[in-house]
Amino acid sequence: MFMFEKAVVGSRRYWSWLGALAAVIALGAACYWRQFEYGLGITGLSRDVTWGLYIAQFTFLVGVAASAVMVVLPYYLHNAKAFGKITILGEFLAISAVTMCMLFIFVDMGQPTRVLNVMLYPTPNSIMFWDMVSLGGYLILNALIALVSLSAERKGVAPPGWIKPVILLSIPWAVSIHTVTAFLYSGLPGRSFWLTAILAPRFLASAFASGPALLILLCMIIRRLSSFDAGREAIQKLALIVTYAMIINVFFFLMEVFTAFYSGIPEHKEHFLYLFAGLEGHARLVPWMWTSILLAAVSLLLLIVPRYRHNERVLAAACLTVFFSLWIDKGLGLIVGGFVPTPLGTVAEYWPTPPEIAITAAIWAVGFLMLTVFYKIALSVRESLAAAYQEG
Amino acid sequence: MSTDRRAFLTLAGGCALALAGRAARQALAAPQSSPAQSRRWAMVIDAQKCLQQEGCRKCVQACHQAHNVPAPAEPRHEVKWIWKEAFEHAFPSEAGEHLRESLRGNPVLVFCNHCDQPPCVRVCPTQATWKRAEDGLVMMDWHRCIGCRYCVAACPYGSRSFNWVDPRPHLASLNAEYPTRTKGVVEKCTFCEERLEQGRPPACVEACPKKALVFGDLRDPASEVRRLLRARYTLRRKPELGTQPQIYYIV
Repeated sequence: MFMFEKAVVGSRRYWSWLGALAAVIALGAACYWRQFEYGLGITGLSRDVTWGLYIAQFTFLVGVAASAVMVVLPYYLHNAKAFGKITILGEFLAISAVTMCMLFIFVDMGQPTRVLNVMLYPTPNSIMFWDMVSLGGYLILNALIALVSLSAERKGVAPPGWIKPVILLSIPWAVSIHTVTAFLYSGLPGRSFWLTAILAPRFLASAFASGPALLILLCMIIRRLSSFDAGREAIQKLALIVTYAMIINVFFFLMEVFTAFYSGIPEHKEHFLYLFAGLEGHARLVPWMWTSILLAAVSLLLLIVPRYRHNERVLAAACLTVFFSLWIDKGLGLIVGGFVPTPLGTVAEYWPTPPEIAITAAIWAVGFLMLTVFYKIALSVRESLAAAYQEG
Repeated sequence: MSTDRRAFLTLAGGCALALAGRAARQALAAPQSSPAQSRRWAMVIDAQKCLQQEGCRKCVQACHQAHNVPAPAEPRHEVKWIWKEAFEHAFPSEAGEHLRESLRGNPVLVFCNHCDQPPCVRVCPTQATWKRAEDGLVMMDWHRCIGCRYCVAACPYGSRSFNWVDPRPHLASLNAEYPTRTKGVVEKCTFCEERLEQGRPPACVEACPKKALVFGDLRDPASEVRRLLRARYTLRRKPELGTQPQIYYIV
């Protein structure tokens, strides 16, 4: 079944990594069992801040899922041959990220056993319905594309013709997942922080930075651990994409700051004040947000100067700063900041609890486990092909 | 695949036209105002009358008792259907240095506004909350709610509460006539639809010693609410958001 035999043979290092991930998953599963019995009161969430770490991770990871489109689009629409070898890596990363998104939504449900009500009573006026459609569709598309192209590669034949339109469909579909996820927030009348038309473009820009940044890091790790090399050209092309996307992302953010502060409308300003200066003595996220700003500034310096970007060690550092800057921005600030202050103007703070963090870590571990197994399969297929070629 | 640009555009255009046509047909077929809606329940609150009873919580107690609203130990897990909120929080746009003394910092009653255009209903992915066609009440099905809390994020009035823990151990007294809830679902004021069914006014209205809460049918020109709306100047919470709240305040 799907070349899984390739995933069950591996080095000692491979198995200890999988074992470590399994341990994190087991701890999170135990915490989730407790949450399932006790209720979401086990988290740091409250009547005022009703979404937190789970929904924020979901939002961030929708962005990471853009890794696929940023290699598929240049390869299929612009004939960027350098990406030929890594489209499969982008697709597997997208599959893992979307799976994590779904798990984060699931653990955030107050009544998880009723979650199928979303399909039992489909409600087109709810953006959450469309988010289910777009994320589910994106998962199926990428799984299909990855499976078909890898099977063809193993047999040493060209992929069947019908997969090409499926791949082309996955490009606008990727845009839809970010747009629809942004619409979850930007259509709510009482939440001024999110009530901005630039939220969807901002999601796209940050996704096209964070997804490819992680992909670059993964390519570098793979090169060290296996015989597979994505190639300098592919990595540099991806780096250029990250550079443009990060510049646009920071630009969009500054536009938000301008509109909020030049207009002077309190409801728009206060969320930024809470995040970056603290409000009414509450300043828990302030150090985090400034770390994000600092990391973004460093990343821009390292990415924009060609001499730095072309040096792969510096590029790795740049990708790390992009990833963590955007993780704080979207995986923490964007969601919590939207709830503080409340629509009534009161300030209540949120901070995740240890079980909440353990559940979050477990879902990340599930993602990395999937990613490891998928990459192992893909690379084993390539290694055996290369070996056969040398023999023959 | 040899789909040329023209074929693709034709197909895409055709799909868009079909979708637009369907939406237009539905819009045209929908009556301007549903004839089934024979009533439109609303409330007028006289904030000054309410303030005369300092520290009074009779309406809150009556409501929370009647509806088995829990009081969890942790403040952040609070569940409330009706409560007193500082005037500046209930009406942020009215706050200012020279706000009338009698209002500044003083509590006003707030609860679900039973909006004509409720954002909570718009966002609910399972139709567990909906606007009742016959009288405009915003209803809640606790057995269908999946606990995603999208409605809580959508409500601009903070009127919705989530059960972070099992509510049943946190009831001061149990009203066996009314359901209790389970953990993990959202709840809110339902305008006492169970009492309206029996021809009785909402519990808060009945409990008010000052008769500061007036409940009635906006469709009936002779109703007390219509008389008050004609006679007095009233405020609504955040009318600029287009939600059309149906709780009116005399300040």
